[in-house]
Amino acid sequence: MTVTVLRLLFTLLVSVLLFFLFPHNLTAQDDTSPDSLIVPVEEVDTAFMAQQTPQAPFNIVAKDRPNDAGEAIIVSWDLSPDDYSGGKVKEYLILRADSPEGPFEELGNTTQGLSEFSDNQAERGKQYYYKIAALNYARVNGGRTWHITSESAVAGPVHAYAQWFNTGRLNIFIGIFILSGAITYFIFASKSGKKFYIRKIAGIEEVENAVGRATEMGRSIYYVPGINDMDDVQTLASINILGRVARIAAGNDTRIDVPVSRSMVMVTAREIVKESYSKVGRPDAFQEDQVRYLTDDQFGYAAAIDGLFVREKPAAIFLIGAFFAESLIMAETGNSIGAIQIAGTAMPSQLPFFVAACDYTLIGEEMFAASAYLSREPKLLGSIKGQDVGKALFLVAIIIGVLLETFGVTLFGMEFSDIFRAR
Amino acid sequence: MRREIPIAITFIVGLAYVIAYFIPHPPFNHFETWFTDWFVIIAAFAIWLGALNLLKISALKIAHKRSDWPFAALIIISFLVMISIGFIEGYRGIYADQPFQFRDPGTAFDWMYVNVYMPLSATMFALLAFFVASASYRAFRARNLEATLLLLAAFFVMLGRVPIGDIITSWLPYKYQMSQWAAWIMNVPNTAGQRAIMIGIALGLVSTSLRIILGLERSYLGGE
Repeated sequence: MTVTVLRLLFTLLVSVLLFFLFPHNLTAQDDTSPDSLIVPVEEVDTAFMAQQTPQAPFNIVAKDRPNDAGEAIIVSWDLSPDDYSGGKVKEYLILRADSPEGPFEELGNTTQGLSEFSDNQAERGKQYYYKIAALNYARVNGGRTWHITSESAVAGPVHAYAQWFNTGRLNIFIGIFILSGAITYFIFASKSGKKFYIRKIAGIEEVENAVGRATEMGRSIYYVPGINDMDDVQTLASINILGRVARIAAGNDTRIDVPVSRSMVMVTAREIVKESYSKVGRPDAFQEDQVRYLTDDQFGYAAAIDGLFVREKPAAIFLIGAFFAESLIMAETGNSIGAIQIAGTAMPSQLPFFVAACDYTLIGEEMFAASAYLSREPKLLGSIKGQDVGKALFLVAIIIGVLLETFGVTLFGMEFSDIFRAR
Repeated sequence: MRREIPIAITFIVGLAYVIAYFIPHPPFNHFETWFTDWFVIIAAFAIWLGALNLLKISALKIAHKRSDWPFAALIIISFLVMISIGFIEGYRGIYADQPFQFRDPGTAFDWMYVNVYMPLSATMFALLAFFVASASYRAFRARNLEATLLLLAAFFVMLGRVPIGDIITSWLPYKYQMSQWAAWIMNVPNTAGQRAIMIGIALGLVSTSLRIILGLERSYLGGE
């Protein structure tokens, strides 16, 4: 027993002595400090370096980037003959200076095979000169690298300047011009007395019936103008419709409540509802709390609306405007209390929910046409007709495009769809 | 002038926005940023209008003991508690040894947000699952041709999205299995329909915007 203990102690003592007496590496050392990575060219075999020097790129072209505010210059070049897989060119360095003599500063780099670079740091109106350097590098023993470059000739001077018209959007300009022209023409035609046929839109036809139902049942109407702010055209369209609906409600002496999600919508909606009551000669019947702000939060708004629906049980509900995930929550709750619901939105993802849960749905453009439809004003009806002309033009373009794409026919060297693409 | 000035402002700003889209030259390229920033600033101030209105209506409801006044009390209490905690944490954060913001993790405000607000929000979102089921139950009935088509499409898409759809049709070549039918329905007729709706929406947007910019549509000003 004593011998065993003595042997163990001896072993332990020797281990400790060995640990402290001899050098050891418990952690891997990695000599990767930046300075140690780059080996001066002179330290590497000169003949070898000469062999590794890549040929410089050529035909450097620097020009202003078109259709911008004069903030960028596009530099392009022909690839170095040594630019191929396994070749001597690994990257290209883009160098820029204010004068042809330099000093040149490195702007950025591109990988092999790429022959264009966008200098987004250019100052408008200032002249620049560019060079492109083909870069080769490798690793030698010890994990170090060397690099060698070959520079092209200097290209320049070039300066960035702003354009007055974005030619990449010419197609959109022409399209807007045609559409606006058609709308304007029909507005004036309508003002001069021409009558246009506008098809019946079921949801809008039922607005009066919905308000009438609420009047007969002695219950209120709820109008929800969506969850977006006044900067959304859907909210503007909804507010326009609210004015008409509020006037019908005021005329029937039926309370209309407008809970909103945005403060500015509250202010605007309040003015509109108040004006509607005044127009039918009942300004005293309007109460400020008919239009009230709830919360900006999406689901907080949905929860508040649901609570109001369940407690106050309106007879008619209008859900018109921009909605997101809360649309179905509101629509289903409205359905559960037995209210007649008229919905309208231009959010394609929410339309199926409204179609499933509401009695009538204004789909997309019908919501934008509703205000004109309800007012029956000639100039507004004329704009709907102009809109239809635009639709007809799109229809023709789609048919032509489908035929051309099906048979692989190009126009002016472009695919048909490229004509309509914005740049 | 009460109506003419807003209409003039609408016309000028609307036109500026349209022009800025086609002219990259300064200062037109900055219009969108400037107007957006101004709107955000105005909206940030305007939020007090809504908040104060909410407090006023809730207070009046409590004062007159109208129906559901306990909910109004809850609104006021919640509002005051959150805003107080925010101010206290903000004040503490400014003078702390290591300054922090009122909503940084570890603050009482953050605790309220994570443990009170987020569960409530998630609960409302979770209701969607049940509402989708109830809406589907009502909508997918073969009352007429269109409803029958809707029912069949929903049937294929729902089955195709779960593994059992492919299991049922595993005896067919891959491109005829349920998941491929579902993908075809979503990628072809559904996408075509959505694009058609979006074209209509775009045209409606242009028409409505033009009416508002030209001052033809004035309902948003509070009258004809």
